[in-house]
Amino acid sequence: MNMSATETLYPLHNGIGNMVRALFPESAFFINGLLGLIAVVILTSTLAAVLILLERKVSAHFQVRLGPMRVGFHGILQPLADGIKLIFKEILKPKGADSFTFYLAPMLPLTATFLIMAILPFDHHLQLADPAGGVLYVLGISGLAVLGLLLAGWSSNNKLSLLGAMRAGAQMISFEISLALIMLLIVMLSGTASLREIVLSQQGLIFDWWIFKLPFLGIISFIMYLIASTAELNRTPFDLAEGESELTAGYHTEYSGMGFAMFFFAEFVNMFISAALATTFFLGGFHAPLIGIDFIDPILNIIPGFIWFFGKTFFIVFIYMWFRWTFPRLRIDQLMSLEWKMMLPTNLLLLMMGAVFMVLGWAG
Amino acid sequence: MISQSAEKYRLDGDALPEGFRLPQSTQEDADEFFVNIGPQHPSTHGVLRIVVRLSGETVVEAVPHLGYIHRGIEKMAENQTYIQNIHLTDRLDYLSSFFNNLCFCMAVEQAMDIGVPERGEYIRVMICELQRIQSHLLWWGVMGMDLGGFTPFLYGFREREMITDIFEEMCGARLTMNFFRPGGSYFDAPDGFIPRIKKFIPIMYKALDEYNTLLSGNIIFRERTKGIGILSREDALANGCSGAVLRASGVSYDVRKNDPYSIYDQFDFDIPTSTDGDSLARYEIKMEEMVQSLRILEQAAATFPEGPHRSQPKAVYKLPKGSYYSQVETPRGIFGTYIVSDGGPKPYRVKYRSPNFCNLSALNHAAKGLKLADLVTIMSSMDFVIPDMDK
Repeated sequence: MNMSATETLYPLHNGIGNMVRALFPESAFFINGLLGLIAVVILTSTLAAVLILLERKVSAHFQVRLGPMRVGFHGILQPLADGIKLIFKEILKPKGADSFTFYLAPMLPLTATFLIMAILPFDHHLQLADPAGGVLYVLGISGLAVLGLLLAGWSSNNKLSLLGAMRAGAQMISFEISLALIMLLIVMLSGTASLREIVLSQQGLIFDWWIFKLPFLGIISFIMYLIASTAELNRTPFDLAEGESELTAGYHTEYSGMGFAMFFFAEFVNMFISAALATTFFLGGFHAPLIGIDFIDPILNIIPGFIWFFGKTFFIVFIYMWFRWTFPRLRIDQLMSLEWKMMLPTNLLLLMMGAVFMVLGWAG
Repeated sequence: MISQSAEKYRLDGDALPEGFRLPQSTQEDADEFFVNIGPQHPSTHGVLRIVVRLSGETVVEAVPHLGYIHRGIEKMAENQTYIQNIHLTDRLDYLSSFFNNLCFCMAVEQAMDIGVPERGEYIRVMICELQRIQSHLLWWGVMGMDLGGFTPFLYGFREREMITDIFEEMCGARLTMNFFRPGGSYFDAPDGFIPRIKKFIPIMYKALDEYNTLLSGNIIFRERTKGIGILSREDALANGCSGAVLRASGVSYDVRKNDPYSIYDQFDFDIPTSTDGDSLARYEIKMEEMVQSLRILEQAAATFPEGPHRSQPKAVYKLPKGSYYSQVETPRGIFGTYIVSDGGPKPYRVKYRSPNFCNLSALNHAAKGLKLADLVTIMSSMDFVIPDMDK
């Protein structure tokens, strides 16, 4: 990274941060990290609540009903009530479960979400850390979530859980390859693996976003990314790991109370993260969709970058929800053949075409 | 720790009956294991238990275990009069309670030689066809849910609610109807009956289009059902299957056409048949049956007659000594009632022939060698109602 991280990327230049740092100047390093952690934890839990309510509302309106309406205005406090209920629920451990692994497993996917949340570029100067190999970091961390699911299924001493975990492992590892190839294409085009740099490489008009940039290639990669990330997220039509009609609840069948809540939170925040990564890679991140008309562009630029970022991200989140409440589920062998026989060759082809386009100078 | 508990809960001990033991660890297929689908499981839609022997995710054998919701309805029937028995038939197949009522009443009518006035027959046919649509709507929604899409379930319930409202206006009940009586029905059709049905028919046609867009045409749905769970004509016949399961396997048998009861011979309708025998064929036949039921409803609503709705009402029916059998085509197949009477006010013995029980016995033939998820698809396409199997 050529820029000085302290100047451009000092994440917590706000009142509280400055005050705390002024009080304890010698431990600024430690305090920065702590504040960052608190910010990420608060953001994650708020997002989980918002997304759960959003999913319930969206699904309700897809299904000609209203969804939660009782707790607060249009059920706005429903996640809070659910959270309180889950906290006070007894955590049950099945007979014969491996205690250590059983209690460790739910923490891993949630940890993974915290870690990825830390490097998302929400705005020009709203990013906790920007490692030079951000894309590799994302791919590495998402392995942690798979580990959590596998451990959960294995330690529950339940065959349905084990089957669910087996499916989850096979599925997530397979689709991660496609995901990595798509990310690699973007890394190749933008010439950097840092998420912030990738966003900055899309500066300019809306046509400079990677989704529109390459002739047809960008939009195809974007669709591929949507499919692969839906599979990675274990959401319908790829929710085989939970597959409630055959495996009751898959890997988290035996979890109750906060153990279940952690899986649930991680699932929803992961959805946000996938959408945020799609925004970063394809939709220009925090850039406003400028269209090159003189009297509209300044107005679009007034709106802060993080609002654009969240707007785009929630649009993709809505697409994920749309998938979920429309499609039935695939079978495990169909899922695997989709990945290994269709997605992977297509993505390799896209990668090669991307390279050719770059050499020909069509990439822009 | 895990290995100890695995030892404790091992299923290959001598406690299990012959045929339910896992192969010895020395054998080639030693990596097989048992999974209990049910009695508490989301896709059995009741308390059915299916012991599945799996090799990885492949079903080696699926053996249904019954008895979790046995209530002794046939034995209870021996201690109740015929009128009191009608409400018990509601509890057999709760999605086709009108059919069960009708079948029982038809057996009594046959014994006592009671005729039914024309209006009564029209009410019977229309109500039964409405309930066929209602039952199929629930099945359609549940089929979508078993395949992982939750939305069809609520779409199905939207139209189902309209039919349930018609029933509620008719007899006050929404699920366990207890409506038909020997010689007709308990109540006459209310004034709003025909207008409501006439209003419902176009809505239902439109809804069917919507259903086809949402589920039938979906590529994932077709991939999940096409060629899955093929039941051969021989297996279907040998297991006594009926209804859509039989018709999907290439046998065009429908009691309404082949052994017409009530006034079904006056209406023009088709019996959809397929030779594929797979889940998709069963699905498409059921969807087509809804259209055919709507056709019957249209014809019946156009010629709904005036007149009495019930003939020769009695407080106590004493069937002459002998045995009587009647059968109807429920949404799931042939439902039969066999009554043996000793001449008293209560039956000596009652036996119900339930379609689900026979269809269930074909499950293993259809599911063998497929994936666990396919087992759920097949069960869903066969449309099981558990209380009907156990009685």
